[in-house]
Amino acid sequence: MALLEIRSITRRFGRLEAVKDVSLDIESGEFFTLLGPSGCGKTTILRMIAGFDQPDEGELFLDGQPLAAIPPEKRPVHTVFQSYALFPHLTVSGNIAFPLEMARRSRDEIRRRTSEALALVHLEDKGDAFPHELSGGQKQRVALARGLVNKPRLLLLDEPLGALDAKLRERMQGELIALQREVGVTFVFVTHAQQEALALSHRIAVMNAGRIEQLDVPEALYCTPKSRFVADFIGTINLISAEVLEANRHGLRLDAAGLGEITAPPLAPAVTGTRGTLAIRPEHLRISAHAERIGLKNHFSGTIGEYLYRGDVTVYKVRLDSGLLLEALATNAGPGRARFHEIGDRVSVEWRHDAGVFLQN
Amino acid sequence: MPASSSRTDKGGQLTRWLVTLPPALFLVIFFLIPALIMAAASFREPGEFGGLAPLAERGLSFDAYRFVFDDLIYAWILAKSFAVAGLTTLLCLVLAYPLALLIVRSPQRQRDLLVLLVILPFASNFLIRIYAWMIILGPLDLLYSPVAVIIGMVYVHLPFMILPLYTNLEKHDPALLEAAQDLGAGKWARFWRVTWPLSLPGVLSGSALVFIPVLGMFAVPELLGGTGDLLIGNLIKEQFLDNRDWPLGAALSLLLTLAVLAVAGVSSALTRNRGQL
Repeated sequence: MALLEIRSITRRFGRLEAVKDVSLDIESGEFFTLLGPSGCGKTTILRMIAGFDQPDEGELFLDGQPLAAIPPEKRPVHTVFQSYALFPHLTVSGNIAFPLEMARRSRDEIRRRTSEALALVHLEDKGDAFPHELSGGQKQRVALARGLVNKPRLLLLDEPLGALDAKLRERMQGELIALQREVGVTFVFVTHAQQEALALSHRIAVMNAGRIEQLDVPEALYCTPKSRFVADFIGTINLISAEVLEANRHGLRLDAAGLGEITAPPLAPAVTGTRGTLAIRPEHLRISAHAERIGLKNHFSGTIGEYLYRGDVTVYKVRLDSGLLLEALATNAGPGRARFHEIGDRVSVEWRHDAGVFLQN
Repeated sequence: MPASSSRTDKGGQLTRWLVTLPPALFLVIFFLIPALIMAAASFREPGEFGGLAPLAERGLSFDAYRFVFDDLIYAWILAKSFAVAGLTTLLCLVLAYPLALLIVRSPQRQRDLLVLLVILPFASNFLIRIYAWMIILGPLDLLYSPVAVIIGMVYVHLPFMILPLYTNLEKHDPALLEAAQDLGAGKWARFWRVTWPLSLPGVLSGSALVFIPVLGMFAVPELLGGTGDLLIGNLIKEQFLDNRDWPLGAALSLLLTLAVLAVAGVSSALTRNRGQL
């Protein structure tokens, strides 16, 4: 039995359906992420798990028990809020001890577990500090310690890294993974940052307009998105309109707008005449100086339009002779050269016959 | 760069002076100078028909203070006044707190209306409102009793408690209550562990705004309390208007001012400690 079962929940605000018939199971010990653009319903689901909101239809079960009649303060579910919501009148230790005091633990136990939690988030020397004396990253860690100290069945995290700067965010991601592994508490994480979701999660539910578009492990979401929305939302991707010329178990032959015939990996329901989109990641495109093409199945000529130099890699925008604009990613690991192509260079763009994924309309 | 920054510093200082000057002047003219006149008067002798005896004839004396400290009645009246002020403050707090919470938790439109209702009584004359209370309390057989005085005091000062409480409670981040609930706090724990401690600065400033004026108030006890129940405010007023002993009135005023300053000092010290939230 899953730790948390969500059964066909729907939540309406007036005429808006914020959550539409969502079902999902979250397993014990999992780092589960609800990923989607703002307004997709992910925070509404989080609030229903915490108990601050109730579904209009459907039910939630925790350890098999229906949650509907249990108020937020009685649910073994704690939340790390986006704004941290640390109590400004209590010290760091006071904040962390709060859930233990509410649970009426003994004085000794409170003292012991508070200092354990402080150690867990590396804030041993900050116990007597007030929240306003802490940096953003430290507040974040206090909020985590406060959420974990009373050992909830579920820890909900509502965009907890949103307020941190890029470098700190990256470090906190590492700490979150380590922390979750160490305490073994089930995390339900809400974010709109797809990179963060890919880096942290065991499984991700990608949400759009109140529905789950796809629920999968990060690798599958990235490599085999099942819809145009998921393909486009996660990472960057080239989308090429195409129609199926021939489909068999080895692959697809497609007629792509302006490119002519290209190939794609097999897709079971596709038949001749099916219209759709070939979605292909920039790192699957190989660009090379015109004379050096290596002879992959799909190949086209084009001109470098512009590029973004990122140090380890360069993202090139290539205008194909047909007029189609593709993004291609090349590592900069060539010996003795910082970068390979200049604006206006004639290049060839190639990709393997089994690269990309065909998405039916 | 340093040259221009020092120039702006000078400009900033000038602006600061220009901005601080009017209120400083106001305080000097309407507070400091009268207080000094009062202090000076308390060390002189009363004139034959009120006012002060000519300095050249009678000189300075400590008579007024000797008089106050010789008779326990003055200490008793001061203590009684403190008790009335304390009780009034407490009742105002108990009544105002739920009201302020109610206003803060109402939808924005109702909130503005409710705040307007709190300050609406100020639109009509203070004495007329007290006379209205005489008409209400008379038939209830409460007029000219300590109860009537307390009712009047609470009525007059309630807005001064509600408004600072409201201003404070309005600033509370609702996420804190949600966090408390999420972490296992029931309704009462949320109030006593989050709302109440965070509202202490508002409680203290509201209490000071009620306690201090109540101490010196003479109209309410005179109109609703009758003649039997003298408070320090009435006593001072009597020295000036009826008894014509200005030095005694001045000495009592000065002692009351010192007592009030002591209360204000304690209150602001407490607020400052809490202010580090």
